[in-house]
Amino acid sequence: MTDLIRKTASELAALISSGEVSSVEVTRAHLDRSEAVDGAVHSYLYQNPESSLIAAAEADRARAAGEVSSPLAGVPIAVKDNLTTTDAPTTSGSKILEGWQPPYDATVVKKLRAAGMPILGKTNLDEFAMGSSTEFSAYGPSKNPWDLTRIPGGSGGGSSSVVASFQAPLAIGSDTGGSIRFPGAVTGTVGTKPTYGAVSRYGLVALASSLDQIGPVARNVLDAAMLQDVIAGHDPHDSTSLPESLGSMTAAAKKLDVKGMRFGVINQLAGEGFQPGVAARFKESLNLLSAAGAEIVEVDCPSFEYAIAAYYLILPAEASSNLAKFDSVRFGMRVEPGENATIERVMAATREAGFGPEVKRRIILGTYALSSGSYDKFYGAALKVRTLIQRDFDAAFAKADILVSPTAPTTAFKFGEKIDDPIAMYLNDIATIPANLAGIPGISVPNGLAEEDSLPVGIQLLAPAREDARLYQAGAWLERAHEEIWGKRMIDFAPELEVK
Amino acid sequence: MSEITPELVRHLAGLARILVSDEEVEQFTKQLSVIADSVAHVSKAIDADTPSTSHPIAMANVFREDVVEPSLSQAEALSGAPDSAEGRFKVNAILDEE
Repeated sequence: MTDLIRKTASELAALISSGEVSSVEVTRAHLDRSEAVDGAVHSYLYQNPESSLIAAAEADRARAAGEVSSPLAGVPIAVKDNLTTTDAPTTSGSKILEGWQPPYDATVVKKLRAAGMPILGKTNLDEFAMGSSTEFSAYGPSKNPWDLTRIPGGSGGGSSSVVASFQAPLAIGSDTGGSIRFPGAVTGTVGTKPTYGAVSRYGLVALASSLDQIGPVARNVLDAAMLQDVIAGHDPHDSTSLPESLGSMTAAAKKLDVKGMRFGVINQLAGEGFQPGVAARFKESLNLLSAAGAEIVEVDCPSFEYAIAAYYLILPAEASSNLAKFDSVRFGMRVEPGENATIERVMAATREAGFGPEVKRRIILGTYALSSGSYDKFYGAALKVRTLIQRDFDAAFAKADILVSPTAPTTAFKFGEKIDDPIAMYLNDIATIPANLAGIPGISVPNGLAEEDSLPVGIQLLAPAREDARLYQAGAWLERAHEEIWGKRMIDFAPELEVK
Repeated sequence: MSEITPELVRHLAGLARILVSDEEVEQFTKQLSVIADSVAHVSKAIDADTPSTSHPIAMANVFREDVVEPSLSQAEALSGAPDSAEGRFKVNAILDEE
C-alpha cells in the first residue's frame, strides 16, 4: 500500500481503470498516510474518512458498470478550505466561519464529484487566503514536509504540503497573488494559476474577485494538466467565466518539445537580489532550454517595479468589500457585546473576535485606499498601473511565447521569520503578482535544489491569456530534463517523514 | 511621511465595522504607515491619460436566458444563520432606544 501513495495521479488512474487496484484501496492508502503523518504536517483542517470511502466505492461501482466519468475517475483529491462543500464545513482558515456548513457545492467541487474523484478532506490556508506561509491560519500553520521548521508557502500551504507529504496525489488551490505557485516552489511540487476565468470561481470564498483564480496542485506537470482539464470550463454561475474552451492541457503536457519556442527572460525578475541558489538554478534551466533548441530572449517590463504596490492596494480594496458579508447575520459567528446591543455593535464585536490580525490590517488598508481623499492617489492609481503592467506583458509576448523567472526570491523560510514584517512577507510575491494583475496563466515547476540549503526551488513560466497549454508543454519538458540530470523526481529528494 | 494617525485607524476600523483595542490601534498605525508609504509611489508611475483596468480580461455585459432554475430553499438559505425566526434572518435592533 505504501507505494500506492507515491504514484502519480495518472499512474493511479491507469491502475484503477484497468481494475488492478480499486479507488477504495487508493483512497484508504491516502487516509492511512494522513493518520500517520498529518499530526506533524497539519495539512488538513477537516477529514471525514467515511464519506471519502463512500465516494471511492461509488467510483468503483461506476467503473464496474462501464460508466466512464473522467480520465481521473477514482483518483482521490484534497480541496482547499475556501471552496464550499455540502458534506464538510468550510472555514477559509478563519474563526468567523468556524463550523460553517455551506448549503451548496462550489462548481469545481461539483466537477470533481462528477469526475468520480473522492474528496479526502479540506486543506489549511492563511485566513481568507491572506498570507504566504499559513502562519495566518486561525487553526495553526501547516509544515513544509522538507523541513518541519519551515513554511510550506501560502496561502495554499495545506494543499502544497498535502501533495508533498504524499497524503493526496492532487489538490485544489486558489491563487490571488501566488497562493498556488509560491507553495509549489517551496515544496518541490507543481502549481498552476490558469487564465483568469478558465476555472469557475462560483463557491470560492472571494478574496479579491478581479485577481482570484482556482487551479491545480500536483506532484508533476501531467497530473496538473489532467486536473485542469477536469475543473476548467464555462459556468453560467460565474459572470467572469470564459465562454470558450482552452483545449486539452493533457495533450500539451505530453508533447515534450520546446524546439523553436521563444523564452523571454524578464530583466526585472532575472535573479538579481534573489537567493544565490535560486538564481543559479534559474540560469541552468535557461541553458537547458537553449541547448534543446529553444530561443532565449530578454524582455523588459519596467512597470513591474510598481506591481507589488498596486497589488497591495487593489487586493485590500476588493477584500474590504468582499469581507463585508461576514456581518453576523447570514452565516458564521455572532458575538453579543452586552444586553440590547444594536446590530452595528454586534457586527463590530463579531468582526473583532472573528478576524485575525492580517485580515483586519488588510480590511482597514482597503477601506483607506477606497476612502474619499485617498481614492485617486491609491486605488485609482493602482488601477492605472494595472494597465501599464498589461502593456508590459503585451510588449514582452510580442518577442516571446513564454516568459520565465524564478517563482520566488528564496527557498522556504523558517516560521516566525517574517510574521511581524508585512512588507518582507509581501515581497515573496514579487514574481507571481504581475500575472494576477494581468489575468494571464502561470505555472511553477520544480527547478532543482538550492546548493546552500538543499531545499526546492521553482521556475515560473507565464503565457498570454488563454495560452495555458504552452505552460504545460514547456513545463513538462523542463520537468523531464531535470529528472534526467538529477536521476529522480525532485519530490523524491524530500526526507522521509516520521510515521506515527 | 504617512498621514496614518491613530485617529484615522479608529475611524477606518469604525467604517469597516471592526472594534479595535488600543493596542491594535497602536500596532496598525505603525504597520499601515509603513505599508502606505511603500505603496504611495504608484501615483508616480502614471499620468492623467493612463486608462484604468478594473478587470484583467475585458468582457461585455454577460447575460443568460431568463429561466427559473433550482435555487436554495428558504431553510437552506437560513441554515448557517446565527439566529432566525419565521423563515427570516433575525438580528438585533438597528437603532438605539434613545
